[in-house]
Amino acid sequence: MDGDADSSGAVSEDSGPGRKRRVHGMLKLYYGLNEEGKAEEQPTSLDPCDINGPHFDPEHFLNKLRRECSLAELMDQETCMVKQIRSLDSDMQTLVYENYNKFISATDTIRKMKNDFKKMEDEMDCLSANMAAITKFSACISGTLQDQHAQITKLSGVHTLLRKLQFLFELPARLNKCLELQAYAQAVRSHRHARCVLQQYSHLPSFKGIQDDCHAIMDKLAQELRQKFRDGGSSAKDLSECVELLLQLDEPAEELCDKFLSHAQSRLQSDLQGLEAEIRPYPSASAVKDASAHRLSSAAAAGSLTDNSSNTSAIPSPTPNTDILEFIDRGCNEFVSSLCLVITSYQELFINHAQKVDLASKNIPQMANGKLQAFVDDLAAHYFSLVEQRIQQEKGVADNSLLVRALDRFHRRLQAVAKLLPGSAVPNRGTEIVIRAATERVKQYLSALQTFYMDSLTDVRQALATPRLSVASASVAGGGSLLGGPTSARDAPNSLPELLSSLSASILNQIKSVLASVHLFTAKDITFSNKPYFKVVTFCSGVRESLVVSFIKFVCQSSRQFCESAGDKGGSTPPALLLLLSRICLDYETSTISYILTLTDEQFLAQHHSPVTPVTTLCAEAREAAQKLLNHYVKVQGLIISQMLRKSVETRDWVNTIEPRNVRAVMKRVVEDTTSIDVQVGLLYEEGVRKAHSSDSSKRTFSVYSSSRQQARYAASYTPSAPMDTNLLSNIHKLFSERIDIFSSVEFNKVSVMTGIIKISLKTFLECVRLRTFGRYGLQQIQVDCHYLQMYLWRFVSDENLVHFLLDEIVGSSAHRCVDPAPMEQSVIEVICERG
Amino acid sequence: MEDDAPVIYGLEFQARALTAQTGETDAIRFLVGTQSLKFDNQIHIIDFDDENNVINKNVLLHQAGEIWHISASPADKAVLSTCYNKTSDSRVVSCAAVWRMPSDWETGSIESPDDSVHNPQTLELLCHLDDGNTRNSACVLWEPLGDGKRLISLADNHAILWDLQESSSQATISSTATWEGKGQLKFTSGKWSPHHNCSQLATANDTAIRGWDLRTMSQIYCIDNAHGQLVRDLDFNPNRQYYLASCGDDCKVKFWDVRNVQEPVKTLEEHSHWVWSVRYNHSHDQLVLTASSDSRLILSNMVSISSEPFGHLVDDEELSEGEDNHQEDKGKEPLKDSVVSTYEEHEDSVYAVEWSSADPWLFASLSYDGRLVINRVPRSLKYRILL
Repeated sequence: MDGDADSSGAVSEDSGPGRKRRVHGMLKLYYGLNEEGKAEEQPTSLDPCDINGPHFDPEHFLNKLRRECSLAELMDQETCMVKQIRSLDSDMQTLVYENYNKFISATDTIRKMKNDFKKMEDEMDCLSANMAAITKFSACISGTLQDQHAQITKLSGVHTLLRKLQFLFELPARLNKCLELQAYAQAVRSHRHARCVLQQYSHLPSFKGIQDDCHAIMDKLAQELRQKFRDGGSSAKDLSECVELLLQLDEPAEELCDKFLSHAQSRLQSDLQGLEAEIRPYPSASAVKDASAHRLSSAAAAGSLTDNSSNTSAIPSPTPNTDILEFIDRGCNEFVSSLCLVITSYQELFINHAQKVDLASKNIPQMANGKLQAFVDDLAAHYFSLVEQRIQQEKGVADNSLLVRALDRFHRRLQAVAKLLPGSAVPNRGTEIVIRAATERVKQYLSALQTFYMDSLTDVRQALATPRLSVASASVAGGGSLLGGPTSARDAPNSLPELLSSLSASILNQIKSVLASVHLFTAKDITFSNKPYFKVVTFCSGVRESLVVSFIKFVCQSSRQFCESAGDKGGSTPPALLLLLSRICLDYETSTISYILTLTDEQFLAQHHSPVTPVTTLCAEAREAAQKLLNHYVKVQGLIISQMLRKSVETRDWVNTIEPRNVRAVMKRVVEDTTSIDVQVGLLYEEGVRKAHSSDSSKRTFSVYSSSRQQARYAASYTPSAPMDTNLLSNIHKLFSERIDIFSSVEFNKVSVMTGIIKISLKTFLECVRLRTFGRYGLQQIQVDCHYLQMYLWRFVSDENLVHFLLDEIVGSSAHRCVDPAPMEQSVIEVICERG
Repeated sequence: MEDDAPVIYGLEFQARALTAQTGETDAIRFLVGTQSLKFDNQIHIIDFDDENNVINKNVLLHQAGEIWHISASPADKAVLSTCYNKTSDSRVVSCAAVWRMPSDWETGSIESPDDSVHNPQTLELLCHLDDGNTRNSACVLWEPLGDGKRLISLADNHAILWDLQESSSQATISSTATWEGKGQLKFTSGKWSPHHNCSQLATANDTAIRGWDLRTMSQIYCIDNAHGQLVRDLDFNPNRQYYLASCGDDCKVKFWDVRNVQEPVKTLEEHSHWVWSVRYNHSHDQLVLTASSDSRLILSNMVSISSEPFGHLVDDEELSEGEDNHQEDKGKEPLKDSVVSTYEEHEDSVYAVEWSSADPWLFASLSYDGRLVINRVPRSLKYRILL
């Protein structure tokens, strides 16, 4: 029982700090705030012997203790239990004490509050009473003041109106004053302010009066502005101001545009007239010489634009012609720049401004733009025509760089216009002019090249004329010995290969220099050269086709003309020139043309879109020309010798001639001429191939020619019984020999040329002989002559049998044509020829 | 094309003179005069049998001298004229005479062709064309289409118009034109124009061609420097009265409109040596024959300047079928003018060519070695012209 009492006592009277904590934990436990968690809770809850657990059963616990513990242990247990109870009691006491204190203080506070609130309530009541009083008073005051306030508002309204009215009434005077002071802008501003009002109240007579006055004044003002505008002396800024004001005055914009433009036009026209004046007096020869000097002076003078223009206006038309660069400079500086200025200010005024200000008149910008376009086009057309005139005057080929620079500047300055007027056709037209000028220039170069070519041909002709005399004299001096002939002749016409090389070199140089000049057009720093259509389409292929190709064609053409014209008029062209030209054409065919064209293509980076003349065509043409020239050369030289032979045959009385003692002089002359032709041709053409023959072929073939066959033929033809045999023999001979084309094409070598000439000469000889009748000595003379020719001519030809055959024919024919055919002894003929 | 093959006939002597028998329009007949200083010269009468492609020849003796030019009377088949060289006292003189063939030459030849060679008959002299001065006659021209009573002889620098009297036995000079000037004065050749009522004559001397009015015997036009060198021959277009062809030593054949003598209408340069003879076809004047000392004969088809320029179109394809050896003349005239064919049967210079007076598609050419070749216009061309 004690245990019970103890335990219960322990529970109720527990005190001390240790207990206190345990009490906290108990309280916590009580309120379900377990710190340990449920896992711990489970065993405690189940154990009824746990003194702290919720299922504690004191009975069970006590029994258990009694059963299990000894007395000592029970004693210990009891003391421990008492201790615990004691601490628990103290804990509880502390807690109670604490709470009590708190409760006491809370009660105090509440009591205090109660007092305070009461006081506050009283004050609040007072305040609300006051507020009510204030409201009442305020309502009272506002009620009394209301009338006066309305009056004041009305009065201030009246005041404003009065001020406005005053402004209106003063307006005419003010405007007048402004007018006097020329403060137009202010006047317009004032008027604009008043305008609407006046308009609105215009039914009232007084306002009407004012309005009328104002109108009158403004009209006057507008008048003055217009006057000022029209006078045009004022600066561009003034002008634009004028225009702006006028626009504000509801002047019709169209009219203003017109006026503005016409005004600008007059100024630009004066610029153009200045330019025109420069074009007109064109001293053709001196100008070119003076050009460089002028340029220097102009460069010095071109310091400022105003300076320049005042210069030119001071010195009117008779100024000596300036060079093109200066001209273009002037055109750019004066005309183009003022044009740009006009365009800018115009756009500022009529287009941008209108867009800003006037929404009402929306069509103004379009209209103004249209007018401007027309205006610019018109002026630009005039300007372009002037420039074109000037460019056309630029005939001198020498200073191409100047022209290029001028064109470049021209083109560049037009870009400014292009920027200002994006839709304008002006820059395109400018580019067209540039292109035209360029192509024109190319044409000029072509003609310059052509004249150069013709001039150099004339030079060559003269050069040929002089040494030809020395050739003749040399060969005459060389006289008797024919072996001496070639050497002396070789010394004299020193010039032929030199002429050839110098001629072709100078032509090539000229072409190169022309190409270089033309190349300036495509230089990188030139603006227009970058235009695609300039670079690719028009110009480069233009240079190739219309300059280079045309020139080559011209060379061929003129060469052919030499053949044709000379053919009828009897060889006005010296044969040496023909030979020279043919060599040149041949050289062109082999190398020069392809060289020139490659050069051109390289320089102009040609990408040919249009079909171009291929090199092969030109080469073929050149070869054809060369062939023609050489053929013609052969023909002419053959003709010269033919004429000698023909004269010698036709003028002689062959029936009554004396016994031959000498080779006729004409035959010697023929051989001499042939020799000198051989030398001449040898200077320019290679030897060529000839059929092999032994070193003493003249001897050998001669003996064959004269002895066996010839004798047989004579014998045959003189036996009366067998007239057929002659023909038979000759026909059989012809049957086996090739047909000889007399005037046929020759090859490009010396032997072929010489063969051609000799063929022509001997055939003529043959035909002439056939037209004559011979006596005995006539025949013998022919025999001697033929033998002589035989001795010397074989060496020149490709196939000596040809000479034999033709000479055979000659002797045979003359034998036929002989009334008393008694041929000379071969040995005698040889003796005569050796002696000659 | 068996019948297109040329027919060749060889003379024993050299020969330059050839003419068609103008008065004969039924048989194809040519007259050839030989040149021989040693033997009696002959006139060969060549009959061509078109159907059998055979030649029949008859020989008449011309003992006066070597024949340089021969022409037949347009009216009387049996009458012909020659220019010949006569050598006497070591002088050579050129004379002209009118001859008559013996009436029975034909019968003799048919019966014994072999005899005719060895025992030929002789020509009967009608009259000499001799005005009393010693002159070298170059050629004799009969009045074209005339009655065989008027003829012109060209001697040195004179053109003499003769009237033949009754039976042609006597010739009297009716008028003379003389060309006075510097340089070479001899007429080399001439042609009596068939136009203008046969009142015009064209002559060639040196490089010039002159036209003469026979009524006044005065010069009416002159083409100076017609050729670069000697003018060898000329012929009138039978259908276009102002057109004239000429040829010469510059190897060219030129066609002239005598109303404008500055420039030739057309120039051909096909031959490689002197051109000795040019002949218009009598019926189809686009066909022109030229003979040259390059031994060639060229038949050209000059459509563009003919009287029927639009008559037919020559196209290349057809042309090339016709002949193997023809050359296109593209360089000169791309239009339609062309060389029809080149005949190379001759071995020596061809000095004369003549169209047959009976068959317009047939012609004969004569080279110096005495070879006479009879040829035809290529059939394809003939049909194209006709159809």
